[in-house]
Amino acid sequence: MKSHTPKAAPHVTQNEALIFERSQPGRTGYSLPPLDVDETPLDELVPEEFRRDDELEGLPEVSETDVVRHFTRISTWNYSVDLGMYPLGSCTMKYNSRLNEKVARINGFANLHPLAPDAEAQGALQLLHELQEHLAEITGLPGVSLQPAAGAHGEMTGIMLIRALLDSRDGVAESNSPRRNVMLIPDSAHGTNPASANLSGFKVKTVKSTAEGLTDLEALRALCAEGDIAGLMLTNPNTLGLFERNIKEICGIIHDAGGLVYMDGANMNALVGVARPGDMGVDVIHLNLHKTFSTPHGGGGPGSGPCCCTKELEPFLPTPRVVKDVRGGDETYKLDFNRPQSIGRVKAFHGNFGMAVRALSYILTHGRDGLREATEAAVLNARYIAQGLKDDYDKPFDSPPMHEVVFTDKRQSRKGVHTLDIAKRLIDYGFHPMTIYFPLIVQGAMLIEPTESVGRGELDQFIYAMKQIAREALEDPETVLNAPHTTRIGRLDEAAAARKPVLRWKAEEQVSAA
Amino acid sequence: MRYIPNSPDERQEMLASVGLNSIEELFTSLPEDIRLREPLNIPAALSELELLAQFEAMGERNHAARRPSFLGAGAYAHYSPTIVDHLIQRSEFFTAYTPYQPEISQGTLQAIFEFQTLVCQLTGMEVANASMYDGSTALAEAVMMAERVTRRSRVVVSPAIHPEYLEVVQTYVQHAGIELVRADFDEQTGQTSIANDTALNAAAALVVQSPNFFGSIENLKAMAERAHKAGALFIVCVTEAISLGLLRTPGACDADIVVAEGQSFGVPVSFGGPFVGLFATKEKFARQMPGRLVGIAADKEGRRGFVLTLATREQHIRREKATSNICTNQGLIALAATVYLTTMGRRGIEEVATQCAQKTAYAARRIAELEGFSLPYSAPRFNEFVVRAPIAAAELLNRLANKHNVTGGLALSRYFPDKPNDILVCCTELNKRDEIDKLIDGLSSSSKI
Repeated sequence: MKSHTPKAAPHVTQNEALIFERSQPGRTGYSLPPLDVDETPLDELVPEEFRRDDELEGLPEVSETDVVRHFTRISTWNYSVDLGMYPLGSCTMKYNSRLNEKVARINGFANLHPLAPDAEAQGALQLLHELQEHLAEITGLPGVSLQPAAGAHGEMTGIMLIRALLDSRDGVAESNSPRRNVMLIPDSAHGTNPASANLSGFKVKTVKSTAEGLTDLEALRALCAEGDIAGLMLTNPNTLGLFERNIKEICGIIHDAGGLVYMDGANMNALVGVARPGDMGVDVIHLNLHKTFSTPHGGGGPGSGPCCCTKELEPFLPTPRVVKDVRGGDETYKLDFNRPQSIGRVKAFHGNFGMAVRALSYILTHGRDGLREATEAAVLNARYIAQGLKDDYDKPFDSPPMHEVVFTDKRQSRKGVHTLDIAKRLIDYGFHPMTIYFPLIVQGAMLIEPTESVGRGELDQFIYAMKQIAREALEDPETVLNAPHTTRIGRLDEAAAARKPVLRWKAEEQVSAA
Repeated sequence: MRYIPNSPDERQEMLASVGLNSIEELFTSLPEDIRLREPLNIPAALSELELLAQFEAMGERNHAARRPSFLGAGAYAHYSPTIVDHLIQRSEFFTAYTPYQPEISQGTLQAIFEFQTLVCQLTGMEVANASMYDGSTALAEAVMMAERVTRRSRVVVSPAIHPEYLEVVQTYVQHAGIELVRADFDEQTGQTSIANDTALNAAAALVVQSPNFFGSIENLKAMAERAHKAGALFIVCVTEAISLGLLRTPGACDADIVVAEGQSFGVPVSFGGPFVGLFATKEKFARQMPGRLVGIAADKEGRRGFVLTLATREQHIRREKATSNICTNQGLIALAATVYLTTMGRRGIEEVATQCAQKTAYAARRIAELEGFSLPYSAPRFNEFVVRAPIAAAELLNRLANKHNVTGGLALSRYFPDKPNDILVCCTELNKRDEIDKLIDGLSSSSKI
C-alpha cells in the first residue's frame, strides 16, 4: 500500500433547479435564418383542426447562457470514467477516447443519410464491413450483423437465429408440430437473458451453479435429458468473473441434445486476443461495443450489440447484410436484401452506425497487440484487487478471477453493515461503487471490474478505501450505515418514490388543478 | 498502448505481488486447447494521425453526405445548435453509465426527468420513459404492450407506416403470438382507411403513423374513435418528431401510446444511428411500460432528488416476466434531444416546424406546376410528400445527383415496386430556397430526356 492520499475531497457544487423552473416567458436560446420562400397562409399549410392549439405551453423559454449553465451544473453531479475508476462489474467502464468521438463526427459519416444509394455511401459500407471482419476474427464466428442496438437487443437477435435454425432444421417452420422450446439459462445470468428468451418465445429453465461458481454439468445433463432443448445462454467468463473451463464439454452436451449455444459477450473484455468463443464450440454470441470496444456508455446508452455466429446460422441473420463485391479487381460494398431465411429486421436502417465508427477506431488504434494487452491489463487489475481485498472481505469462490472479482458483505453484515452501505461509503472515498447484489446467487454480492484503464496508484487507493471501510464497519458502523456523507443529497427514499411515482414536471397550476 | 496506464515495469511488479511469474499465468483457468496460439489477424496499431487519415478517406467516399439533400423517410437533417454537441461531450455525461447510484448520478437523472417531461409536453401524453433504441423498436414495444394491456392478440397496422418499422414489428412479434393485420390505404388522399370494422373488433390496437410514410397527416381523432369503439388501444407513431411543434398532439387526439423517433431533435442522421426512441402513454398504463423511468424522490433531509423507479417492471428484477428485455437504452442521445429542445424552446420548436412546412409547401407547389409531374395525394402534409414523375424515379434521381449535384429524395421503388415513378421528397429548415429551386430545375430538365 504505497499511496494513502485520499482520492477525493469535498468541494462546492452549484444548486440547479429543473429547466422548467428556470424558464422565463420571452427568453430565447436559438436563432434561425428568416424564412426565404413565399409564405403560405397557415390554414392552407395545415388546417386548424390538425394544428396544435396549446402554443407548446410549458416548454422551456431560456437563453443560450441559461442552457449551458444548466447542463454544465447538473453534469458536475455525476461521477464518470474520466474522473476515475468506475468498477461496475460486467459493465466494462473503460476509457472512452476523444479520438473515437472525433472520427464519428467526420462529415462523411455524421451527415450521411441512411437511405443514400449504396454507390454514394461506399465509405460507410466499407467501414461496417471492416468492423464485421474484425469482430468475426476476434470471436472466431464468421457471420456478423451490426444491426442490434444494445446487448439485450443482440441477445434477442442471437436466440432468434437459434429459433430460426431449429425450425428450419427440424422442419417445423412449415408444419404445426411442436418445437424445441426450452432455453437453459444459468442462475448467475444477467436478467436480460431470460427476458430475451421469453421475448423470443422460449421457455426458460434454470441451470444451477456449483459451489465453485461454475455451471453444474450434472444439472445440465439432467435438464438436457428432459428433452426439448433449444439451447443454452451462457456468459463466459460468467458473471462471477470465472472462466467456464468446461466450456467445450458444455457445448458438447447441448449439441448432443440437439440445441445450440448462445454466449452472452458482456464479459469479452477478459478474452479478446486470448481465446475465441468460436473455438470453444459456441454457435452465436453478441458483443457489447459499449463495453469491450469502448464506445461511451453515455449515461445509459447508446450501446451497440453486434451478433456473431457460425456459418450454419449466418443465413438467418437480420436483413440487410453488408457484403463485399469483388469484380475484376474492383471492390465495392452493398446492402444485400436478398436473404430469404433471415429472421427479419431488428432495427430501422443499419444499427447504431456511429458506435460502429468508434469501435473500429478502437480496434485499429489498439491493433492486434494492443487488443491483447488490454485484456491482459484488465485481468491483471482484477487479480490485483482480488489479492488486495481477500483479507478484509469474504471472497466466495477460490478460483482466480478473470477480469472481474466478486466479494460479499458476509463479514461486515455481522455488524449490520451490508453491501449497499459499503457501496455508499465508497462514494465518500471518491469512487463509483461496484455492481451490487448481482449476480443474484451470491448473497450481498459486490462485483468489481476495474478494466485495463486504471493505473496501479488508483487501484491502491481503491484497495485502501475498501480496507478502511472494512475497518469502519467493525469500529464505527454508523459512519458506513449513514453514508454517503459528502454528496449533495443523501440516500433517497426509493420505496416512497415507487409508491407514488412522479415521473414528470408539471406547472404549479397543473399540480393544484389535479 | 497509450490508453493503458501501467508501465511494463509496474505490470511486472503487480504480477509478482499476486504471485505470478508471467502474464500467461493469468489465463491458466482457460484450457490450453482453446487458447489462441497466434496473434489475431488484425492490423498492427495505427497512430492517431494514421487513423484520422484513414477515416477521413473513408468519409470522403460517402458522396451523398456532401450535397444538398431532400431525403427524409425516417431520418431528417435539421439544424442543431452548437451547444448541443458541446454539452453532450462533457465527460460527466458521456463517460457515465446508467444511474444505478443516484447520489453520484443526479446530473443524468435530472436530465432524464426533464427529457420525460419534454416528451410528455410534445406528445400531449401523461408519462414517458427514459428512451428506447429508436422509433422502430419503440413501435414494436408499443405493440407488445398493447397485447399485455388488452390481452388481445390481433393488431391492425396502417400500411402507411414506415416499411422498415413494420419489418421490425414483424420480427419482434413473430414468436409472441401476435397477428398483424393491415388496414387499407386511400390512394386519393394518401391516408390510412379502414373499410370495415371487422378486423378492428377484438384487436389489441390500431397503429397509425402521422405524418405517415407518404407525408400525409392522418385524421388521428377519427382513428382513435374507431379504435376505442372496438375496445382497442390507439397507438400513434411519429417518425418526424419536429412535426409535434406544429401538429395537434396525439394525446389531444386520445392516443393511448405514442412512439416517436427523436432523431430530429438535434441528432445527426449518422447513416441511421444512434437515434433515440420516444415512448409515452397514459398514466394508467405506466406500470405496463417497457424501459427505464426516472421519478422524484427525497432524502432524509427532505431534499429533492431523482431515482430510477418502478423497476419491478424490468428485466433485472422480473427476469422472464419483465415488460421488456431492454437494459441499456439511448441515454446520451436522449440528452442531446433534451438540450436541443431546451435550447430551441417553446418558440424555436414551433418556428422550425413552421419553416419545414412552409418550405415543403413551396417545393410542392412548384413541383406540381412542372409538366409531367403530379402530387398523387390530397391530404394535408407536413414536410414530406410524394411526387409522381414521368419517368422511373431511380433513374431520375440518378441524373439529379450526377448532373445537378442534388439528392432529390427517395425512390419509393426501394420499398414499393408497384410505385416505380414515385419519389418521396422532404424539406427541412436546412433546405435553402436556392436548393429547392435547383431541385425543381433539375427535376424538370432530367425528366425530359
